[in-house]
Amino acid sequence: MRLCDEELKNARKRLLQMHFESGVGHIGGNLSALDAMMLLHHEYLHTDKEPFILSKGHAAGALYVSLWSKGLLSDEDLKQFHREETRLPAHPPAFGVPGVLFATGSLGHGLSLAAGTALAKRLNADGGHVYCMTSDGEWQEGSTWEALIFLCHQQLTNLTILVDHNRLQGFGSTDAVASMNPLADKLRGFAIAIHSVDGHDPAAIRAALDAPATQPKLVILHTVKGHGVSFMENQMAWHYLPLNEAQYKQALNEVEAAGS
Amino acid sequence: MRKQFSDAMVARAATKRLVFMTNDLGFMALEPLQAALGEYFINAGVAEQNTMSVAAAVARQGIEVWTYNIAPFCYARPFEQIRNDIAFHGLPVKLVGNGGGYGYGVQGPTHHAIEDYGVLLALPNMSAFVPVFDEDLAAVISRMGQAAGPAYLRLGRGEAPTGWAVPEYAPWRQLLSGEGKTVIAVGPLAGSYLGVLQELPDAVRPNLWAVAELPLEKHPLPEALMAQILSGAGLCVAEEHVARGGFGAELALHLAERGLSAGPFTHLCARKHLYDAYGSQDFLRRRSGIAADNLLAWVSASRIV
Repeated sequence: MRLCDEELKNARKRLLQMHFESGVGHIGGNLSALDAMMLLHHEYLHTDKEPFILSKGHAAGALYVSLWSKGLLSDEDLKQFHREETRLPAHPPAFGVPGVLFATGSLGHGLSLAAGTALAKRLNADGGHVYCMTSDGEWQEGSTWEALIFLCHQQLTNLTILVDHNRLQGFGSTDAVASMNPLADKLRGFAIAIHSVDGHDPAAIRAALDAPATQPKLVILHTVKGHGVSFMENQMAWHYLPLNEAQYKQALNEVEAAGS
Repeated sequence: MRKQFSDAMVARAATKRLVFMTNDLGFMALEPLQAALGEYFINAGVAEQNTMSVAAAVARQGIEVWTYNIAPFCYARPFEQIRNDIAFHGLPVKLVGNGGGYGYGVQGPTHHAIEDYGVLLALPNMSAFVPVFDEDLAAVISRMGQAAGPAYLRLGRGEAPTGWAVPEYAPWRQLLSGEGKTVIAVGPLAGSYLGVLQELPDAVRPNLWAVAELPLEKHPLPEALMAQILSGAGLCVAEEHVARGGFGAELALHLAERGLSAGPFTHLCARKHLYDAYGSQDFLRRRSGIAADNLLAWVSASRIV
Protein backbone atom coordinates (compact mmCIF):
# COMPACT_ATOMS: atom_id res chain seq x y z
CA MET A 1 0.00 0.00 0.00
CA ARG A 2 1.32 3.37 -1.00
CA LEU A 3 1.79 5.98 1.66
CA CYS A 4 -0.96 8.58 1.27
CA ASP A 5 -0.96 12.29 2.04
CA GLU A 6 -3.39 11.87 4.88
CA GLU A 7 -1.13 9.39 6.64
CA LEU A 8 1.79 11.78 6.36
CA LYS A 9 -0.27 14.66 7.70
CA ASN A 10 -1.53 12.57 10.61
CA ALA A 11 1.99 11.50 11.41
CA ARG A 12 3.20 15.07 11.44
CA LYS A 13 0.38 16.08 13.76
CA ARG A 14 0.97 13.10 16.01
CA LEU A 15 4.67 13.92 16.21
CA LEU A 16 3.88 17.47 17.29
CA GLN A 17 1.37 16.22 19.85
CA MET A 18 3.83 13.73 21.29
CA HIS A 19 6.56 16.29 21.65
CA PHE A 20 4.18 18.89 23.06
CA GLU A 21 2.73 16.51 25.63
CA SER A 22 6.14 15.32 26.74
CA GLY A 23 7.60 18.83 26.70
CA VAL A 24 10.75 17.88 24.83
CA GLY A 25 12.61 19.23 21.85
CA HIS A 26 14.52 17.74 18.93
CA ILE A 27 11.42 18.53 16.89
CA GLY A 28 13.20 20.13 13.95
CA GLY A 29 15.33 17.13 13.07
CA ASN A 30 12.35 14.83 13.52
CA LEU A 31 10.25 16.82 11.07
CA SER A 32 13.04 16.78 8.51
CA ALA A 33 13.34 13.01 8.73
CA LEU A 34 9.70 12.06 9.14
CA ASP A 35 8.61 11.88 5.50
CA ALA A 36 11.34 9.46 4.47
CA MET A 37 10.88 7.35 7.57
CA MET A 38 7.15 7.14 6.97
CA LEU A 39 7.72 6.12 3.37
CA LEU A 40 10.17 3.42 4.43
CA HIS A 41 7.87 2.00 7.06
CA HIS A 42 4.79 2.00 4.86
CA GLU A 43 6.32 0.77 1.64
CA TYR A 44 9.70 -0.86 2.20
CA LEU A 45 9.94 -2.40 5.68
CA HIS A 46 7.54 -5.28 5.63
CA THR A 47 9.22 -7.99 7.64
CA ASP A 48 12.31 -8.68 9.70
CA LYS A 49 14.07 -9.12 6.38
CA GLU A 50 14.12 -5.35 5.96
CA PRO A 51 15.82 -3.90 9.03
CA PHE A 52 15.96 -0.16 9.53
CA ILE A 53 18.70 1.41 11.61
CA LEU A 54 18.24 4.98 12.69
CA SER A 55 21.74 6.28 13.05
CA LYS A 56 20.50 9.79 13.87
CA GLY A 57 18.97 8.50 17.07
CA HIS A 58 17.75 11.95 18.07
CA ALA A 59 15.01 11.46 15.48
CA ALA A 60 13.51 8.70 17.61
CA GLY A 61 10.24 10.63 17.73
CA ALA A 62 9.80 10.28 13.98
CA LEU A 63 10.65 6.60 14.25
CA TYR A 64 8.12 6.01 17.01
CA VAL A 65 5.43 7.87 15.09
CA SER A 66 6.20 5.87 11.96
CA LEU A 67 5.80 2.68 13.97
CA TRP A 68 2.56 4.07 15.41
CA SER A 69 1.35 4.84 11.92
CA LYS A 70 1.94 1.19 11.02
CA GLY A 71 0.11 0.00 14.12
CA LEU A 72 3.26 -1.28 15.82
CA LEU A 73 3.01 1.24 18.64
CA SER A 74 -0.19 2.49 20.24
CA ASP A 75 -1.39 5.91 21.29
CA GLU A 76 -0.83 4.76 24.83
CA ASP A 77 2.76 3.93 23.98
CA LEU A 78 3.37 7.37 22.51
CA LYS A 79 1.94 9.03 25.61
CA GLN A 80 4.80 7.48 27.51
CA PHE A 81 7.44 9.09 25.28
CA HIS A 82 10.24 10.57 27.35
CA ARG A 83 8.42 9.88 30.67
CA GLU A 84 9.56 8.03 33.75
CA GLU A 85 9.53 4.25 33.28
CA THR A 86 8.97 4.66 29.55
CA ARG A 87 10.10 2.17 26.97
CA LEU A 88 10.29 5.06 24.49
CA PRO A 89 13.24 7.19 25.56
CA ALA A 90 14.46 10.19 23.61
CA HIS A 91 16.82 7.95 21.64
CA PRO A 92 15.96 4.43 20.47
CA PRO A 93 16.53 1.80 23.15
CA ALA A 94 18.25 -1.57 22.86
CA PHE A 95 15.17 -3.61 23.63
CA GLY A 96 11.42 -3.45 23.68
CA VAL A 97 10.45 -1.50 20.58
CA PRO A 98 9.37 -3.49 17.53
CA GLY A 99 11.73 -3.13 14.62
CA VAL A 100 14.44 -1.41 16.62
CA LEU A 101 17.57 -3.56 16.45
CA PHE A 102 20.01 -1.23 18.15
CA ALA A 103 20.13 1.54 20.67
CA THR A 104 21.44 4.58 18.85
CA GLY A 105 22.02 8.15 19.86
CA SER A 106 25.77 8.50 19.83
CA LEU A 107 26.38 9.57 16.27
CA GLY A 108 28.62 7.59 13.97
CA HIS A 109 27.51 4.09 14.96
CA GLY A 110 24.50 3.38 12.80
CA LEU A 111 26.16 3.02 9.44
CA SER A 112 28.54 0.37 10.76
CA LEU A 113 25.65 -1.43 12.42
CA ALA A 114 23.77 -1.36 9.14
CA ALA A 115 26.83 -2.60 7.26
CA GLY A 116 27.25 -5.46 9.70
CA THR A 117 23.60 -6.35 9.38
CA ALA A 118 23.84 -6.35 5.60
CA LEU A 119 27.01 -8.45 5.71
CA ALA A 120 25.40 -11.02 8.00
CA LYS A 121 22.28 -11.16 5.85
CA ARG A 122 24.45 -11.89 2.84
CA LEU A 123 26.34 -14.61 4.71
CA ASN A 124 23.05 -16.04 5.94
CA ALA A 125 21.61 -15.82 2.42
CA ASP A 126 18.35 -14.65 3.91
CA GLY A 127 17.57 -11.95 1.38
CA GLY A 128 15.93 -8.66 2.14
CA HIS A 129 17.45 -5.22 2.28
CA VAL A 130 18.90 -3.04 5.04
CA TYR A 131 18.10 0.66 5.37
CA CYS A 132 19.97 3.19 7.44
CA MET A 133 19.30 6.87 8.02
CA THR A 134 22.10 9.18 9.09
CA SER A 135 22.12 12.87 9.79
CA ASP A 136 24.33 15.16 7.75
CA GLY A 137 26.39 16.41 10.69
CA GLU A 138 27.12 12.77 11.43
CA TRP A 139 29.41 12.67 8.42
CA GLN A 140 31.88 14.59 10.52
CA GLU A 141 32.40 11.36 12.51
CA GLY A 142 35.40 9.37 11.34
CA SER A 143 33.62 6.13 12.10
CA THR A 144 30.98 6.96 9.49
CA TRP A 145 33.71 7.06 6.86
CA GLU A 146 35.17 3.82 8.21
CA ALA A 147 31.76 2.31 7.65
CA LEU A 148 31.49 3.72 4.15
CA ILE A 149 34.89 2.32 3.18
CA PHE A 150 33.89 -1.06 4.57
CA LEU A 151 30.45 -1.32 3.00
CA CYS A 152 31.78 -0.25 -0.39
CA HIS A 153 34.69 -2.66 -0.22
CA GLN A 154 32.36 -5.46 0.79
CA GLN A 155 30.00 -4.46 -2.02
CA LEU A 156 27.00 -4.55 0.24
CA THR A 157 24.39 -4.04 -2.44
CA ASN A 158 21.69 -5.02 0.04
CA LEU A 159 22.17 -1.74 1.88
CA THR A 160 20.68 1.69 1.28
CA ILE A 161 21.77 4.77 3.20
CA LEU A 162 19.57 7.81 3.53
CA VAL A 163 21.17 11.06 4.62
CA ASP A 164 18.85 13.60 6.21
CA HIS A 165 20.59 16.64 4.78
CA ASN A 166 18.81 19.44 6.62
CA ARG A 167 22.00 21.51 6.82
CA LEU A 168 21.66 22.39 10.49
CA GLN A 169 23.45 20.70 13.33
CA GLY A 170 23.82 21.20 17.07
CA PHE A 171 25.43 24.60 17.20
CA GLY A 172 25.43 25.99 13.71
CA SER A 173 24.87 25.11 10.10
CA THR A 174 26.82 22.25 8.60
CA ASP A 175 28.40 24.80 6.30
CA ALA A 176 29.56 26.95 9.18
CA VAL A 177 30.74 24.14 11.45
CA ALA A 178 32.60 21.79 9.12
CA SER A 179 31.45 22.16 5.58
CA MET A 180 31.41 19.19 3.28
CA ASN A 181 29.01 20.75 0.85
CA PRO A 182 28.29 19.56 -1.66
CA LEU A 183 28.22 16.25 0.18
CA ALA A 184 27.60 14.27 -2.99
CA ASP A 185 30.92 15.42 -4.40
CA LYS A 186 32.75 14.13 -1.34
CA LEU A 187 31.09 10.76 -1.72
CA ARG A 188 31.42 10.35 -5.44
CA GLY A 189 34.79 8.65 -5.35
CA PHE A 190 33.35 5.67 -3.53
CA ALA A 191 31.82 2.65 -5.22
CA ILE A 192 28.34 3.71 -4.28
CA ALA A 193 25.25 4.73 -6.21
CA ILE A 194 24.35 8.27 -5.19
CA HIS A 195 20.96 9.90 -5.56
CA SER A 196 20.01 13.41 -4.48
CA VAL A 197 16.31 14.07 -4.01
CA ASP A 198 13.82 16.34 -2.29
CA GLY A 199 13.46 14.62 1.07
CA HIS A 200 9.89 15.83 1.44
CA ASP A 201 8.71 14.44 -1.88
CA PRO A 202 7.64 10.81 -1.42
CA ALA A 203 7.58 10.21 -5.16
CA ALA A 204 11.16 11.40 -5.55
CA ILE A 205 12.35 9.34 -2.61
CA ARG A 206 10.49 6.33 -3.95
CA ALA A 207 12.10 6.73 -7.34
CA ALA A 208 15.56 6.81 -5.78
CA LEU A 209 14.87 3.80 -3.61
CA ASP A 210 13.48 1.84 -6.54
CA ALA A 211 16.26 2.72 -8.96
CA PRO A 212 18.25 -0.36 -9.94
CA ALA A 213 21.75 -0.40 -8.49
CA THR A 214 24.72 -2.69 -8.71
CA GLN A 215 26.41 -0.92 -5.82
CA PRO A 216 25.34 0.06 -2.32
CA LYS A 217 22.99 3.00 -2.58
CA LEU A 218 23.11 6.37 -0.85
CA VAL A 219 20.21 8.79 -1.08
CA ILE A 220 20.84 12.37 -0.05
CA LEU A 221 17.54 13.73 1.21
CA HIS A 222 17.48 17.48 0.84
CA THR A 223 15.26 18.37 3.75
CA VAL A 224 14.19 21.30 5.85
CA LYS A 225 14.67 21.26 9.56
CA GLY A 226 11.27 21.81 11.13
CA HIS A 227 9.55 21.06 7.83
CA GLY A 228 5.88 22.05 7.69
CA VAL A 229 5.91 24.50 10.58
CA SER A 230 6.78 28.02 9.48
CA PHE A 231 8.40 29.26 12.65
CA MET A 232 10.55 26.15 12.95
CA GLU A 233 11.79 25.83 9.41
CA ASN A 234 15.55 26.22 9.06
CA GLN A 235 15.84 27.42 12.64
CA MET A 236 18.61 25.80 14.65
CA ALA A 237 16.81 26.57 17.90
CA TRP A 238 14.28 23.85 17.07
CA HIS A 239 16.99 21.30 17.44
CA TYR A 240 16.36 21.86 21.14
CA LEU A 241 13.21 23.78 22.03
CA PRO A 242 9.96 22.29 23.29
CA LEU A 243 6.64 23.70 22.13
CA ASN A 244 4.49 25.93 24.29
CA GLU A 245 0.73 25.69 23.92
CA ALA A 246 0.36 28.63 21.54
CA GLN A 247 3.15 27.34 19.35
CA TYR A 248 1.68 23.88 19.37
CA LYS A 249 -1.72 25.16 18.23
CA GLN A 250 -0.17 27.24 15.50
CA ALA A 251 1.93 24.32 14.33
CA LEU A 252 -1.09 22.03 14.22
CA ASN A 253 -3.08 24.58 12.28
CA GLU A 254 -0.31 24.98 9.74
CA VAL A 255 0.03 21.25 9.25
CA GLU A 256 -3.71 20.87 8.97
CA ALA A 257 -3.99 23.65 6.43
CA ALA A 258 -1.13 22.40 4.30
CA GLY A 259 -1.06 19.49 1.93
CA SER A 260 1.24 16.64 2.79
CA MET B 1 50.03 -18.00 22.31
CA ARG B 2 49.21 -16.76 18.81
CA LYS B 3 49.93 -20.11 17.18
CA GLN B 4 47.90 -21.98 19.77
CA PHE B 5 45.15 -19.44 19.35
CA SER B 6 45.16 -19.86 15.60
CA ASP B 7 45.17 -23.65 15.91
CA ALA B 8 42.25 -23.55 18.32
CA MET B 9 40.31 -21.23 16.04
CA VAL B 10 40.93 -23.45 13.03
CA ALA B 11 39.58 -26.35 15.02
CA ARG B 12 36.55 -24.35 16.08
CA ALA B 13 35.92 -23.19 12.52
CA ALA B 14 35.72 -26.82 11.44
CA THR B 15 32.63 -27.36 13.56
CA LYS B 16 31.10 -23.93 13.92
CA ARG B 17 30.09 -21.25 11.44
CA LEU B 18 31.87 -18.11 12.56
CA VAL B 19 33.05 -14.76 11.29
CA PHE B 20 36.58 -13.68 12.17
CA MET B 21 37.45 -10.00 11.78
CA THR B 22 41.00 -8.77 12.05
CA ASN B 23 42.17 -5.20 11.94
CA ASP B 24 44.93 -5.94 9.47
CA LEU B 25 46.92 -8.12 11.85
CA GLY B 26 47.84 -11.78 11.97
CA PHE B 27 50.86 -12.06 9.67
CA MET B 28 52.70 -15.34 10.24
CA ALA B 29 49.99 -16.58 12.57
CA LEU B 30 46.47 -16.39 11.19
CA GLU B 31 47.06 -17.57 7.64
CA PRO B 32 45.72 -21.07 8.38
CA LEU B 33 42.59 -19.59 9.86
CA GLN B 34 42.20 -17.30 6.87
CA ALA B 35 42.44 -20.29 4.57
CA ALA B 36 39.96 -22.27 6.66
CA LEU B 37 37.34 -19.53 6.86
CA GLY B 38 37.31 -18.17 3.32
CA GLU B 39 34.78 -15.34 3.03
CA TYR B 40 34.10 -15.60 6.75
CA PHE B 41 37.61 -14.29 7.44
CA ILE B 42 37.44 -10.54 7.05
CA ASN B 43 40.37 -8.19 7.16
CA ALA B 44 38.41 -5.10 8.12
CA GLY B 45 41.41 -2.87 7.70
CA VAL B 46 42.68 -0.24 10.08
CA ALA B 47 39.25 0.67 11.31
CA GLU B 48 38.62 -0.48 14.85
CA GLN B 49 35.42 1.46 15.47
CA ASN B 50 33.70 0.12 12.40
CA THR B 51 34.86 -3.39 13.20
CA MET B 52 33.23 -3.46 16.60
CA SER B 53 29.90 -2.17 15.34
CA VAL B 54 29.93 -4.54 12.38
CA ALA B 55 30.74 -7.38 14.75
CA ALA B 56 27.82 -6.38 16.97
CA ALA B 57 25.46 -6.46 14.01
CA VAL B 58 26.79 -9.80 12.76
CA ALA B 59 26.23 -11.26 16.21
CA ARG B 60 22.75 -9.72 16.28
CA GLN B 61 21.98 -11.70 13.14
CA GLY B 62 22.93 -14.92 14.92
CA ILE B 63 26.45 -15.57 13.63
CA GLU B 64 29.32 -16.18 16.04
CA VAL B 65 31.90 -13.44 15.59
CA TRP B 66 35.45 -12.90 16.78
CA THR B 67 37.53 -9.76 16.45
CA TYR B 68 41.32 -9.67 16.59
CA ASN B 69 43.80 -6.90 17.17
CA ILE B 70 46.82 -5.86 19.19
CA ALA B 71 45.45 -5.67 22.71
CA PRO B 72 45.37 -1.88 23.23
CA PHE B 73 43.82 -1.26 19.83
CA CYS B 74 41.14 -3.79 20.59
CA TYR B 75 39.45 -1.81 23.34
CA ALA B 76 40.79 1.73 23.67
CA ARG B 77 39.88 3.32 20.34
CA PRO B 78 36.56 1.52 19.89
CA PHE B 79 35.46 1.55 23.52
CA GLU B 80 32.20 3.32 22.78
CA GLN B 81 31.36 0.82 20.07
CA ILE B 82 32.05 -2.04 22.47
CA ARG B 83 29.96 -0.33 25.14
CA ASN B 84 27.00 0.85 23.11
CA ASP B 85 26.75 -1.67 20.31
CA ILE B 86 28.02 -4.86 21.90
CA ALA B 87 27.63 -4.69 25.67
CA PHE B 88 24.41 -2.69 25.88
CA HIS B 89 22.80 -5.32 23.67
CA GLY B 90 24.34 -8.27 25.48
CA LEU B 91 25.81 -9.57 22.27
CA PRO B 92 28.29 -12.46 22.50
CA VAL B 93 31.06 -10.85 20.45
CA LYS B 94 34.49 -12.30 21.22
CA LEU B 95 37.21 -9.65 21.47
CA VAL B 96 40.76 -10.89 21.13
CA GLY B 97 43.69 -8.70 22.10
CA ASN B 98 47.17 -9.98 21.43
CA GLY B 99 50.12 -9.04 23.61
CA GLY B 100 48.22 -7.87 26.68
CA GLY B 101 49.98 -6.17 29.55
CA TYR B 102 53.51 -5.19 28.56
CA GLY B 103 53.57 -7.85 25.87
CA TYR B 104 54.69 -5.44 23.17
CA GLY B 105 57.53 -4.25 25.41
CA VAL B 106 59.89 -1.90 23.65
CA GLN B 107 57.28 -1.04 21.01
CA GLY B 108 56.32 1.68 23.46
CA PRO B 109 53.39 2.80 25.58
CA THR B 110 50.87 3.03 22.75
CA HIS B 111 51.18 -0.74 22.42
CA HIS B 112 50.81 -1.59 26.10
CA ALA B 113 47.52 -2.82 27.48
CA ILE B 114 47.72 -2.54 31.25
CA GLU B 115 44.17 -1.35 31.89
CA ASP B 116 42.41 -3.63 29.41
CA TYR B 117 40.34 -6.04 31.45
CA GLY B 118 39.64 -3.41 34.09
CA VAL B 119 38.14 -1.12 31.49
CA LEU B 120 36.19 -3.85 29.77
CA LEU B 121 34.90 -5.52 32.91
CA ALA B 122 33.22 -2.24 33.80
CA LEU B 123 30.74 -3.10 31.05
CA PRO B 124 27.62 -5.16 31.67
CA ASN B 125 28.02 -8.93 31.57
CA MET B 126 31.55 -8.80 30.15
CA SER B 127 33.88 -11.74 30.77
CA ALA B 128 37.66 -11.68 30.53
CA PHE B 129 39.92 -14.62 29.76
CA VAL B 130 43.62 -14.40 30.60
CA PRO B 131 45.09 -17.80 29.76
CA VAL B 132 48.15 -18.77 31.76
CA PHE B 133 49.81 -21.34 29.51
CA ASP B 134 49.95 -21.99 25.79
CA GLU B 135 48.22 -25.29 26.48
CA ASP B 136 45.18 -23.41 27.83
CA LEU B 137 44.11 -22.04 24.49
CA ALA B 138 42.01 -24.93 23.24
CA ALA B 139 39.89 -24.95 26.40
CA VAL B 140 39.74 -21.17 26.57
CA ILE B 141 38.52 -20.83 23.00
CA SER B 142 35.87 -23.44 23.64
CA ARG B 143 34.66 -21.75 26.82
CA MET B 144 34.79 -18.30 25.27
CA GLY B 145 32.87 -19.53 22.29
CA GLN B 146 30.09 -20.62 24.59
CA ALA B 147 29.97 -17.37 26.56
CA ALA B 148 26.47 -15.94 26.46
CA GLY B 149 27.64 -12.34 26.63
CA PRO B 150 30.61 -10.36 25.34
CA ALA B 151 34.03 -11.68 26.20
CA TYR B 152 37.59 -10.45 26.01
CA LEU B 153 40.65 -12.62 25.53
CA ARG B 154 44.01 -11.24 26.57
CA LEU B 155 46.66 -13.22 24.75
CA GLY B 156 50.14 -13.26 26.20
CA ARG B 157 52.91 -15.84 26.04
CA GLY B 158 53.06 -19.05 27.99
CA GLU B 159 55.88 -18.83 30.52
CA ALA B 160 55.95 -22.23 32.15
CA PRO B 161 59.45 -23.55 32.87
CA THR B 162 60.73 -26.18 30.49
CA GLY B 163 59.40 -29.56 31.47
CA TRP B 164 56.71 -28.18 33.75
CA ALA B 165 53.62 -30.35 33.60
CA VAL B 166 50.84 -27.91 32.82
CA PRO B 167 47.71 -28.82 34.75
CA GLU B 168 44.40 -29.19 32.96
CA TYR B 169 42.74 -25.87 32.31
CA ALA B 170 40.45 -24.37 34.91
CA PRO B 171 39.59 -20.76 35.75
CA TRP B 172 41.35 -21.29 39.09
CA ARG B 173 44.36 -23.56 39.49
CA GLN B 174 46.73 -24.05 42.36
CA LEU B 175 50.14 -24.36 40.71
CA LEU B 176 52.31 -24.73 43.81
CA SER B 177 51.67 -25.75 47.39
CA GLY B 178 53.66 -24.77 50.42
CA GLU B 179 53.43 -23.76 54.01
CA GLY B 180 54.09 -20.09 53.42
CA LYS B 181 51.94 -17.24 52.23
CA THR B 182 49.50 -17.15 49.36
CA VAL B 183 50.05 -15.69 45.92
CA ILE B 184 47.36 -15.16 43.31
CA ALA B 185 48.66 -14.23 39.88
CA VAL B 186 46.56 -13.28 36.90
CA GLY B 187 47.37 -15.03 33.63
CA PRO B 188 50.88 -15.76 32.32
CA LEU B 189 52.52 -13.94 35.20
CA ALA B 190 51.75 -17.03 37.28
CA GLY B 191 53.85 -19.13 34.93
CA SER B 192 56.72 -16.68 35.21
CA TYR B 193 56.84 -17.23 38.97
CA LEU B 194 57.05 -20.99 38.87
CA GLY B 195 60.76 -21.19 38.27
CA VAL B 196 61.81 -19.25 41.36
CA LEU B 197 59.09 -20.40 43.71
CA GLN B 198 59.26 -24.12 43.08
CA GLU B 199 62.85 -24.23 44.29
CA LEU B 200 61.96 -22.86 47.71
CA PRO B 201 61.69 -25.19 50.69
CA ASP B 202 58.20 -26.21 51.77
CA ALA B 203 58.30 -24.05 54.85
CA VAL B 204 58.55 -20.82 52.92
CA ARG B 205 57.12 -21.73 49.52
CA PRO B 206 53.90 -19.86 48.99
CA ASN B 207 50.74 -21.39 47.69
CA LEU B 208 50.67 -20.13 44.13
CA TRP B 209 47.32 -19.79 42.40
CA ALA B 210 46.64 -18.77 38.84
CA VAL B 211 43.38 -17.16 37.84
CA ALA B 212 42.50 -17.14 34.15
CA GLU B 213 38.92 -15.88 34.05
CA LEU B 214 37.39 -12.72 35.45
CA PRO B 215 35.37 -11.22 37.02
CA LEU B 216 35.44 -12.83 40.42
CA GLU B 217 31.65 -12.89 40.68
CA LYS B 218 31.52 -15.40 37.83
CA HIS B 219 34.33 -17.54 39.20
CA PRO B 220 34.23 -17.56 43.00
CA LEU B 221 37.31 -18.29 45.04
CA PRO B 222 37.92 -22.03 45.54
CA GLU B 223 37.38 -23.17 49.11
CA ALA B 224 41.02 -24.18 49.53
CA LEU B 225 42.18 -20.77 48.41
CA MET B 226 39.74 -19.01 50.69
CA ALA B 227 41.03 -21.04 53.62
CA GLN B 228 44.59 -20.05 52.79
CA ILE B 229 43.60 -16.39 52.49
CA LEU B 230 41.78 -16.42 55.80
CA SER B 231 44.75 -18.00 57.56
CA GLY B 232 46.08 -14.46 57.68
CA ALA B 233 49.57 -15.56 56.77
CA GLY B 234 49.75 -12.96 54.03
CA LEU B 235 48.34 -12.54 50.57
CA CYS B 236 49.89 -11.15 47.43
CA VAL B 237 47.94 -10.47 44.27
CA ALA B 238 50.14 -10.03 41.20
CA GLU B 239 48.92 -8.81 37.85
CA GLU B 240 50.25 -7.06 34.77
CA HIS B 241 47.49 -4.49 35.04
CA VAL B 242 47.16 -1.15 36.78
CA ALA B 243 45.79 -1.16 40.31
CA ARG B 244 42.59 0.67 39.46
CA GLY B 245 40.14 -1.78 37.96
CA GLY B 246 42.50 -4.68 38.52
CA PHE B 247 41.88 -8.02 40.14
CA GLY B 248 43.59 -6.98 43.36
CA ALA B 249 41.06 -4.22 43.91
CA GLU B 250 38.21 -6.55 43.07
CA LEU B 251 39.40 -9.17 45.52
CA ALA B 252 40.00 -6.64 48.29
CA LEU B 253 36.46 -5.31 47.86
CA HIS B 254 35.08 -8.84 47.75
CA LEU B 255 36.69 -9.66 51.07
CA ALA B 256 35.84 -6.34 52.70
CA GLU B 257 32.17 -6.58 51.77
CA ARG B 258 32.03 -9.91 53.57
CA GLY B 259 33.86 -8.71 56.64
CA LEU B 260 36.79 -11.01 55.85
CA SER B 261 40.43 -10.22 56.38
CA ALA B 262 43.34 -11.63 54.45
CA GLY B 263 45.84 -10.23 56.90
CA PRO B 264 48.81 -8.49 55.25
CA PHE B 265 47.79 -7.73 51.67
CA THR B 266 50.26 -6.85 48.94
CA HIS B 267 49.39 -5.85 45.42
CA LEU B 268 52.04 -6.20 42.75
CA CYS B 269 50.71 -4.45 39.68
CA ALA B 270 51.67 -2.54 36.56
CA ARG B 271 52.71 0.90 37.67
CA LYS B 272 52.39 3.13 34.65
CA HIS B 273 52.59 3.83 30.97
CA LEU B 274 54.89 6.79 31.38
CA TYR B 275 58.28 5.34 32.03
CA ASP B 276 61.42 7.32 31.35
CA ALA B 277 62.96 4.29 29.66
CA TYR B 278 61.51 1.40 27.72
CA GLY B 279 62.51 -2.15 27.13
CA SER B 280 61.27 -5.69 26.91
CA GLN B 281 58.27 -7.06 28.73
CA ASP B 282 60.62 -8.42 31.37
CA PHE B 283 62.29 -5.03 31.72
CA LEU B 284 58.94 -3.31 32.20
CA ARG B 285 57.81 -5.94 34.67
CA ARG B 286 60.90 -5.27 36.76
CA ARG B 287 60.25 -1.54 36.56
CA SER B 288 56.76 -2.20 37.86
CA GLY B 289 57.98 -4.55 40.54
CA ILE B 290 55.99 -7.51 39.30
CA ALA B 291 58.82 -9.68 37.96
CA ALA B 292 59.69 -13.02 39.52
CA ASP B 293 62.56 -11.50 41.49
CA ASN B 294 60.21 -8.92 42.95
CA LEU B 295 57.84 -11.62 44.09
CA LEU B 296 60.71 -13.57 45.56
CA ALA B 297 61.72 -10.48 47.52
CA TRP B 298 58.18 -10.24 48.88
CA VAL B 299 58.28 -13.89 49.91
CA SER B 300 61.60 -13.35 51.68
CA ALA B 301 60.47 -10.17 53.36
CA SER B 302 57.34 -11.78 54.63
CA ARG B 303 59.48 -14.54 56.14
CA ILE B 304 61.38 -12.01 58.18
CA VAL B 305 58.22 -10.27 59.27
